[in-house]
Amino acid sequence: MGFELGILGDAGLQFFGKMTASISHEIKNVLAIINEDAGLLEDLASLAEKGRPLEIERVKVLAGKMKAQIKRGDEIVKWMNRFAHSINEPLQVVDLDEILTLMASLAERPSLMREIALEKEPRRGRVTVRTKPFILENLIWLCLDFAMAGAGGSKTVVLGCEAGENGVRIRIKGLKGLSELRGETFPREEHKALLRAVKGDLAVDTEAGELVLVLPPDAG
Amino acid sequence: MRVLLVDDEKELVSTLAERLELRGIEAGWVISGEEALKQVETETYDVAVLDVKLPRIDGIRLKKKLEEKSPNMKFIFMTGHGSEDDYRVGSMEAGAEYYLVKPVNIELLVKKMREILKE
Repeated sequence: MGFELGILGDAGLQFFGKMTASISHEIKNVLAIINEDAGLLEDLASLAEKGRPLEIERVKVLAGKMKAQIKRGDEIVKWMNRFAHSINEPLQVVDLDEILTLMASLAERPSLMREIALEKEPRRGRVTVRTKPFILENLIWLCLDFAMAGAGGSKTVVLGCEAGENGVRIRIKGLKGLSELRGETFPREEHKALLRAVKGDLAVDTEAGELVLVLPPDAG
Repeated sequence: MRVLLVDDEKELVSTLAERLELRGIEAGWVISGEEALKQVETETYDVAVLDVKLPRIDGIRLKKKLEEKSPNMKFIFMTGHGSEDDYRVGSMEAGAEYYLVKPVNIELLVKKMREILKE
C-alpha cells in the first residue's frame, strides 16, 4: 500500500511540476509579447515627442494585439485554475469531455514542441464518471506523452470519449507510429498504479493506431 | 551591427526586431531553428539572440549548428522557462556571451550586444 502510494505520489508530483512549468512558460511568453508591444508604444511616443508623426493606425493595431494577448493569458489562467481545482475532492463526478478539453489545453505547448497537433473530437452527449480527477488527468497525460511518441508521420493526435455498457472509453487516436514503439514498456509501473487507483483498464491497438482507456462508472 | 532574432513566438520576435530597428540596429527575425540556419546561408549577422526553448532544435543545439556556418557570430540566449540560475549556468556552459530572462529589457539587450561586439 505504501509502495503504491509512493508511485502515485511521485507520478503526481512529476505531472504537477510538468504542467505548471508549461503553464508558466506560456504566461511568460504572453507577458514578453505585451512587454514588447508596450515598449513599442513607448518608442513611438518618444519619437512623436521629437517630431516624428504618430501613426494612429499603428497605435490601434498595437492596442489590439495587447488585448489579444491579455485574452490569451486569461485563457491560460482559466485552465490553470481548472487544473488546480482537480484536487478539490478526491472522488468526484466529472464530465469527461471537459477533462479531455482541459488536458488538450494543458498539453498544447508540449505537443507543439514535438510538432504534434492535438485535437479533441466534438462532444457527443454528456459522458460522466465518478472518479479521482487529478489521478485521471495524470494518467491521460502519461498516455498522451506516450501517444505523441507514437504519432508517427500523421503528426495529429485526436482525443475522444464515449459511453459504453460497462463504463466509458477514452480513445487517443492517430498513432500511426505505435508499431515503432514495440521495444518500449507501456504501460509502465506508474501507469499501472494510476490505472488501479481509478479502477481502469488500458489497451494498445497497434493496428488501429489507438490507445483506449476504459473507466468504470464509479471508481469509488 | 546586424542581429538575428530567433523565437517561435512570431509577435514577440517581430516587434523586438522593429524596436531594435528604431534604435538603429539592423535586425532580422525567424521563428524556427531551421529558418535561422537557412537565413545565415545568405545573410551575415554579428549577433544571434536565441530562445532556449524552440521546437525541434533547441537554442543550445541551434547555437552549435549556427557556429559551424558563422564562426564569428556571437550569441545571446533568452528564455522564460525555469530558474534563472539554472539557465544562466546552462547557457554559459554552452558558450553564450550572455543570457536574458523574458520579458526582455531592450536597453539591456542593446547594451550587452554592444559590449560583446567591442570585445
